[in-house]
Amino acid sequence: MPSMEFLLATGIGAVTTCGLWLLLRGRSFSVVLGLTVLGYAVNVFIFAMGRLWRNAPAILGQGGAVADPLPQALVLTAIVIGFATTGFVIELALRSRHDNGSDHVDGHEPGTPLPDDAGADAVADVRAEVPR
Amino acid sequence: MNPLATVVLLPLLAGTLGCAWAGRHPSPGRRRLTAWWAAGVAAAALALLLQQAPAVFAGQTLLWQAEWLPGIGLNLGWRLDGLALMFALLITVVGLLVILYAAYYLHDDDPAGKFYALLMLFMSAMLGIVLADNLLLLVVFWELTSVSSFLLVGYWGASPKGGAEARTGARMALTVTGGGGLVMLAGIVLLGQIAGTYELSQLLGRGEAVRAHALYPLALVLILVGCFTKSAQWPFHFWLPDAMAAPTPVSAYLHSATMVKAGIFLLMRLYPVLGGTALFEWIVAPVGLFTMAYAAYVAVFRHDLKGLLAYSTISHLGLIVFLIGLDTPLAEVAAVFHVLNHATFKAALFMTAGIIDHETGTRDMRKLAGLMKLMPWTATLAMVAAAAMAGVPLANGFLSKEMFFAEAVAGRSHFLFGLMVPVLATFGGICSVAYSLRFIHDVFFNGQPKGLPNPHPHEPPLFMKAPVILLVVLCLAVGVAPGITYGPMVQLAATTMLGHAPPAYHLALWHGLNLPLLMSAVALAGGVAFYMALQRRYNLHLHHPRGLTGRLLYTRLLDGLLRGARGLIGGLDTGSLQRHVAVLLSVAVAAAAWPFIAAGVGAGVGAGTGAPSAGTRTLLPADALSVLVWAGLLAVCVALVRGHRDRLQAVVLVGVIGLITALTFAALSAPDLALTQLSVEVVSTVLLLMGLALLPPTSPRESSAARCWRDGALALAGGAGMAWLSWLVLTRDHDSISWFFLDRSLPQGGGSNVVNVILVDFRGYDTFGEIAVLGIAALGVFALLDGWRVRRPVADAQGRPWRFARPPLMLRHAARLVLPLALVLSAYLFWRGHNLPGGGFIAGLVTAVALVLQSMALGQARAEALLRAAGGQRFVRWIGVGLGIAGLTGLGAFAFGQPFLTSAFGHPVLPLLGELPLASAALFDLGVYITVVGATLLTLSVLGAASRGGGAAPARGEGA
Repeated sequence: MPSMEFLLATGIGAVTTCGLWLLLRGRSFSVVLGLTVLGYAVNVFIFAMGRLWRNAPAILGQGGAVADPLPQALVLTAIVIGFATTGFVIELALRSRHDNGSDHVDGHEPGTPLPDDAGADAVADVRAEVPR
Repeated sequence: MNPLATVVLLPLLAGTLGCAWAGRHPSPGRRRLTAWWAAGVAAAALALLLQQAPAVFAGQTLLWQAEWLPGIGLNLGWRLDGLALMFALLITVVGLLVILYAAYYLHDDDPAGKFYALLMLFMSAMLGIVLADNLLLLVVFWELTSVSSFLLVGYWGASPKGGAEARTGARMALTVTGGGGLVMLAGIVLLGQIAGTYELSQLLGRGEAVRAHALYPLALVLILVGCFTKSAQWPFHFWLPDAMAAPTPVSAYLHSATMVKAGIFLLMRLYPVLGGTALFEWIVAPVGLFTMAYAAYVAVFRHDLKGLLAYSTISHLGLIVFLIGLDTPLAEVAAVFHVLNHATFKAALFMTAGIIDHETGTRDMRKLAGLMKLMPWTATLAMVAAAAMAGVPLANGFLSKEMFFAEAVAGRSHFLFGLMVPVLATFGGICSVAYSLRFIHDVFFNGQPKGLPNPHPHEPPLFMKAPVILLVVLCLAVGVAPGITYGPMVQLAATTMLGHAPPAYHLALWHGLNLPLLMSAVALAGGVAFYMALQRRYNLHLHHPRGLTGRLLYTRLLDGLLRGARGLIGGLDTGSLQRHVAVLLSVAVAAAAWPFIAAGVGAGVGAGTGAPSAGTRTLLPADALSVLVWAGLLAVCVALVRGHRDRLQAVVLVGVIGLITALTFAALSAPDLALTQLSVEVVSTVLLLMGLALLPPTSPRESSAARCWRDGALALAGGAGMAWLSWLVLTRDHDSISWFFLDRSLPQGGGSNVVNVILVDFRGYDTFGEIAVLGIAALGVFALLDGWRVRRPVADAQGRPWRFARPPLMLRHAARLVLPLALVLSAYLFWRGHNLPGGGFIAGLVTAVALVLQSMALGQARAEALLRAAGGQRFVRWIGVGLGIAGLTGLGAFAFGQPFLTSAFGHPVLPLLGELPLASAALFDLGVYITVVGATLLTLSVLGAASRGGGAAPARGEGA
């Protein structure tokens, strides 16, 4: 029988792989999912820094061993903030799709030019300032 | 306050701020006030200096120190000795004259406040350089002169005519002198490390130790680069002619009398430390001599009055540098003397050039001619000053040039160039006579003016000429009787510079018939002949200078740098976010892997001592259920990677992973985390589905095979690394700071749920920051999507409507039942949070879930109406109230004289309820609760409002 530690470590690895793969996709929704999934892995990873404990919640006065409460406290706020970030990114993705007409992360469909060339103008302005 | 500090700070604070304030409106009265204010400040600084002068002349060195940043050796140390006094007087006196001159020079629409404020800033920086006792402090002021001169040269940078020229000149000056200053800083730091101090008062006595040090040559070269860039020595001289785009008073002040002398000042200042070695002589003297001869030659061929004067300045600076480099006491005396002489006549000449420009509208010698008849006074003054520049007897320039020739001849014996030195010196002398002659002949004689922009030039007002008259009279006075004019000052400064009294010398007009006099005569006759020959044989006016090597090199270098930077950016940044993320992740993976690889290599293959391996902690046996869940997780991961293009399926699979995460927490003694994760899971799934409704239901298959392989490899590497790292950690025992919290939680925090006590008490400050971040994220969402409406189809691709015709009966009834239950549950969770799993975060999320369910059942608009949330806008207030409660609870601790967020608790006994554990932390937790509810609901509400569509609000985009 494998140990819990082995299951947890490989589980973290599998979820991380999954999250990174989604993070590297070209569509904003996949990236949002990737961030969420990566968040799970990272939270569990931080939680695991307090080592694994069975039937030992960090509640005092019940006798017996007690799990390390500090990583738990850190992860608790991380979960909530992770949710807020997901909310922000998904709405950013929506806004981007509707302003650019594409849900590709680059803001335009692959193979088509940028929606506007404001950036190119800015570069040209800088060039004009170079002393001759 | 110490008078020396006052001398520097007076122009810096009173001068800069006062002038900027006084000159903020462009009215004649204001302009006068600004000029008077600047003059007053400069005069006050001068008076303070003069007050100290007797002590210095008596041989004292005034020192004053205060700590600034003692950790790096940077102290506010001031020093007034002979050398500092000479330069400080030069700066303040010429500064006063320039202020007077500029009052008449500046045009009505030139902003006077800006001009005088910058001039004051510059004056303060210069005074800081010469009065600093601490070398690092000196560097600070050194860079301040670079910055203020950049601003002064670019004074007309915004004007349509000549603005581009001013900007280019300013930028070039800043790049060269600022860059040189940075190089010099390296040299100074090195010098400080060698000597063990940055204080000149200690450093000056450690010259021998410094010169014997192995790093001395490096420090010397670095410091010399700083001096040479500032003092426009070849090959860094090219910025000075371009800086002539500055207003003429600035040129007279910065580019003749003061700033370009800063490099020379530092050479003189550090002469007792750095001078006296063969290396010093071999670098400084040849550079100075070559600059002197080369720039004098170039000056003859310049058509612009100020361009001619700029090259002449470079040439004279070269002369001074050469004298310093000769490394003999008398040469140093001559160098000090020429600093004063050059400042006197060159400032006068620049002011004359400014008068001519002011009156005729041009500085081009090809257009100017015959002004003798129109401006006889100015012409006379210019002639005397030019005579001083050429080294004609009776003017001060003659004396120092004689000394220069004498040293050049004397230096021949110990200087390896042999005959080269007197020959080059005489050549430089010939050229300087020729350009001085050209300055006078081309402007004041040589026929009639040809096409002046202003056809009727006349004498300027007396007060514009007054500074020139003063300087020219001084030129003659010094030329006739040097011993009673500049003599004592030169003696004092040279003594300071050398560290001992110079050998007996005699400043006088007549030294008898000797070789230097012959050289002077040759230079005068040769110069006249050279100029006449050029006039006769070669039309000087048609000459077009070519091959400005330094400038060309500079522009090529700068262009190349910019091109290179652009190429580098273009190569790295293709505008593809996927590529960015891939690069970022690769770097992260490599950085995380590096210690393992290094440890493995360091320990040697197979040795196994340093290479990471699994630890010896007793592991927890896994039960069958855990293995089953684990297998399920792996299957979900595979399914997600393969099937993420179907987005609905992907959201479900992500939700499964979230649930497994919650189970993991529950199984591994983290009930608080399990509760949090579970409730977040509900809200975020709702959020993802709401987002998905406005996005395409599937992702296209578009990644190339190569990209898939790359991403796959990267993801696997990252995942494997995380797994390996987790394994390494989990198999080891640990020692945690948490035991501290476990010990103190009950006695000091008044709660037995340590996780919650950490959140609201021990690390309350962190939590406060985190709920603030939560609120900010929700507000960000609000800002992003507020008032934004999307048009979207009523039904999905299969024709199923997105919206219920009316809320389903079951859901409505369920929601009605769930809401009060959920609210009671969250109150319970909140209340017991301090002692049992629960708390503000979890209670807030449970409440939010119940309210979201209500929204789904009743429709968002109805639910929000019931909550009196004004279409979601009021949720912002909830966030504010929550943060306010949390913050005020924290501030409450101040009332008891405790630090922010110190908590108090008690166990009051109430009738009916019994003993109640009551902690002020509970109030803080209430703030957390309200913020969490507000932020969650705001995020969902804004998204819901955007997708409701149909409203009158502007719709952008074509919808999904």
